[in-house]
Amino acid sequence: MSERATSESTARHPTRLGGRGRGAVWIPVGVVVVIVALLAGLFAFGLGRNPTVVQPVIVGKVAPAFNLSRLDGGRTLNLSSMRGQVVVLNFWASWCADCVVENPALRSAFQRYRDQGVRFVGVSFEDQSGTARGFAKQMGMGWPLVSDPGTNTAIAYGVTGVPETFVIDPDGRIVAKTIGPVTYSVLSEQIAHAMPGGA
Amino acid sequence: MDRLGTFALALSLALAVYGATAAIVGVRRGRPQLVESARTTAYSMLALVVAANLIMEIAILSNDFALRYVFENSSRATPVFFKVLSLWSADEGSLLLWNLVLAGYIAAVAFRFRRARPETLPWALAVMYLGQVFYLVLVLGPTQPFAAFAVAPPDGRGPLPLLQNHPLMAVHPPFLYLGFIGFTVPFAFAIAALVTGRLSDAWIRTVRRWVLASWIFLTIGLMLGALWSYGVLGWGGYWAWDPVENVALLPWLVATAFLHSVLLQERRGMLKVWNLSLAVGGFALTTFGTFLTRGSILSSVHSFAQSPVGPMYLGFLVVVLLGGFGLIAARAWRLRSEARLDAVLSREAAFLGNNLCLVLITLVVLVGTIFPLLDQALTNRQVTVGEPYFVETTAPVFLVLLFLMGVGPLLSWRRTSLDRLRDRVAVPAAAAALTLVVLAVAGMWNLPAALAFGLAAFVLVANGQEIVRGIRAFGRATGRRALAPVAPAVARDRRRYGGYVVHIGLATAAVAITASSVFALRSDVTLTRGQSTRFAGYSLRYVGERTVQQPQRRVLIADVDVSRAGRDAGDVTPSLNMYPSASEPIGTPSIRYGVLKDLYASVIAFDDSGNRATFRFFLNPGVMWLWVGFGVMALGGLLAAWPPARHRRVSPAEPPVRELAEVSG
Repeated sequence: MSERATSESTARHPTRLGGRGRGAVWIPVGVVVVIVALLAGLFAFGLGRNPTVVQPVIVGKVAPAFNLSRLDGGRTLNLSSMRGQVVVLNFWASWCADCVVENPALRSAFQRYRDQGVRFVGVSFEDQSGTARGFAKQMGMGWPLVSDPGTNTAIAYGVTGVPETFVIDPDGRIVAKTIGPVTYSVLSEQIAHAMPGGA
Repeated sequence: MDRLGTFALALSLALAVYGATAAIVGVRRGRPQLVESARTTAYSMLALVVAANLIMEIAILSNDFALRYVFENSSRATPVFFKVLSLWSADEGSLLLWNLVLAGYIAAVAFRFRRARPETLPWALAVMYLGQVFYLVLVLGPTQPFAAFAVAPPDGRGPLPLLQNHPLMAVHPPFLYLGFIGFTVPFAFAIAALVTGRLSDAWIRTVRRWVLASWIFLTIGLMLGALWSYGVLGWGGYWAWDPVENVALLPWLVATAFLHSVLLQERRGMLKVWNLSLAVGGFALTTFGTFLTRGSILSSVHSFAQSPVGPMYLGFLVVVLLGGFGLIAARAWRLRSEARLDAVLSREAAFLGNNLCLVLITLVVLVGTIFPLLDQALTNRQVTVGEPYFVETTAPVFLVLLFLMGVGPLLSWRRTSLDRLRDRVAVPAAAAALTLVVLAVAGMWNLPAALAFGLAAFVLVANGQEIVRGIRAFGRATGRRALAPVAPAVARDRRRYGGYVVHIGLATAAVAITASSVFALRSDVTLTRGQSTRFAGYSLRYVGERTVQQPQRRVLIADVDVSRAGRDAGDVTPSLNMYPSASEPIGTPSIRYGVLKDLYASVIAFDDSGNRATFRFFLNPGVMWLWVGFGVMALGGLLAAWPPARHRRVSPAEPPVRELAEVSG
């Protein structure tokens, strides 16, 4: 290969040189745009596939029976004993941030409906009973709390994580299921719907 | 607490917006005082971001579980050391740290160019501020580190067990962040050069040391990540080609390419478009890495970072790619090369080869990392791309790279005569040949391994020889003897000697990687109490299980006596850690580190109340030299980056002001 003399001035001020002007700019720019658009489409596809949308097939079915011991020891709590009343069944854990988030909504609903024959039950989910009791006390969970050894009840209800909240009508059928934190208005609506005479 | 933190972040955002606006308006309207205020804004913005980080640390340390982040990532039982680390153990907090590092870089740039201002500085500042705007919007909008509960729960959940299992968690992410975010600086100056049309070499000289700093941080970060994987995860290896590991490797490869290719532009005016592309590509890859790890588009062991910010990252990535490469495409016709390759036997050719190899590896790893996504988009199957793909595609290129690393330093700029090359190549080639003979005689013959060992020997000797040759020549020229010329010779040309040292470190690491991946042994065995097994010349006897209760966890330790040839050789104590918040135990391996080989033991399970235990033993040759090699590489980088002594400082970014001052003075 031969030495190729290079002119410094060519290098320093190449702007005005060469046969290619501004018109030629759009070809490389267009290529960049197309490639980036393809990449972006691919990544957008990656973002689009979200497998967390769940069909609550359990809604409309008879609520699975349970007989669980209370967190504070002693007696057990049987679902069949609450037949004839609306039951709000809330699966929760002391390590669950969204359970803290939904706590005020649950407490408000409890205050409003406790005298109207609506029963609230909290099922502790994969937790240590001491920690769970401390959490419940601090958070003012004044309704009956039960433990679920072996997670059998949670499995029967198809619980995939906490919090999940089921509303059961007086006939023992599940009429609503909420995945994630409940809000006061949605829960109130579900309860009203389940109550005798509710639409 | 939460309001204060959010307030500090909101103020920082206002300052970042102001900084970007003032810099652009100032430079377009020709108002230097506005640009100056954009520059000094960096300091107050840094102070505010520091404050936001401190507020979070205080909340964590004072068990303020009203903050959702504190509840989810700390607990009363968490040791203080791991509480401090909780700042970056989940997405929201680590974005705070990300903002801190970015604000730190902007302030560092503002300080570094406080007197001598490159003409590109205003635009560069604007680009960096805009980057900060994006990351501040992230922590103020979709991910809120300071989100608070209405009622404070009594105790927190504690950090993920895997993240509180080892102190290396303390340093591995910050180093990677320093490396990743450092790419903002070359990107900003490249964009500034493109926008202003000041496409001379000035931007290259301005950013070279910043890229080197990023490279050093990434090198250390990659090493610490490998060390964490090896010493904590218990699967016996240090690199799994996990997507998140890959995205940390990609910018490192690009930075390595850039550090070589800028020399071609500085000395010969070649590769201008290429260098701009590497600066833009490196930054785009770091953005892609964050998008990948935090945008939850690929599954990975690092999937602790799941958040709803994917579309925002994607938007940012698109802006970076379109803006960066679009500008390069628009300006390419002004960026003609000033020189061509004179000869194949030249330093330039070796550098070109090095860049082609590095970019090829980058592309191959990138394709392997996003292939599962591509495949699913086209065929709706779910596939994973594993180690065999990455090893088989990259290993040959790495071998070529090793060869170039040895031969490059032996070649002169422009052209090298065959006689001269023969003279210089003799000793390294002999060393490589000797290595092959020794391997054959020792019966360790495996073609890829032999090639790697031979080439590594070639690189070690070639670079060592060039160091000695350079120092001797300097000694002769200045009349110094023996070791006297070492310091002044190196001080005169830190970049060159630093580069040689890095090559030596990398060759050392290459030996370690080859040895440990080709010659490792493994055995899975279940032992009852008192029973022994033979493994790789060791006799391993399971003594029994004992339990240690710690505040945050229960540790089940397996005591295993090790003996070799009838002599006691200490013990290994792999363990399982039971965390209250985790249903599965987290293992901790026990490693007897050795100069030539490590004995590595993991316990998989205990049965029959500790009377039986299932172990996985590994014999990993040469791993020690991986850490040594990476350490040497970081030191070499430091040597190359170290600023010259103050009185002789002639930074290319500074001359205009200084010369004027001297003239007027």
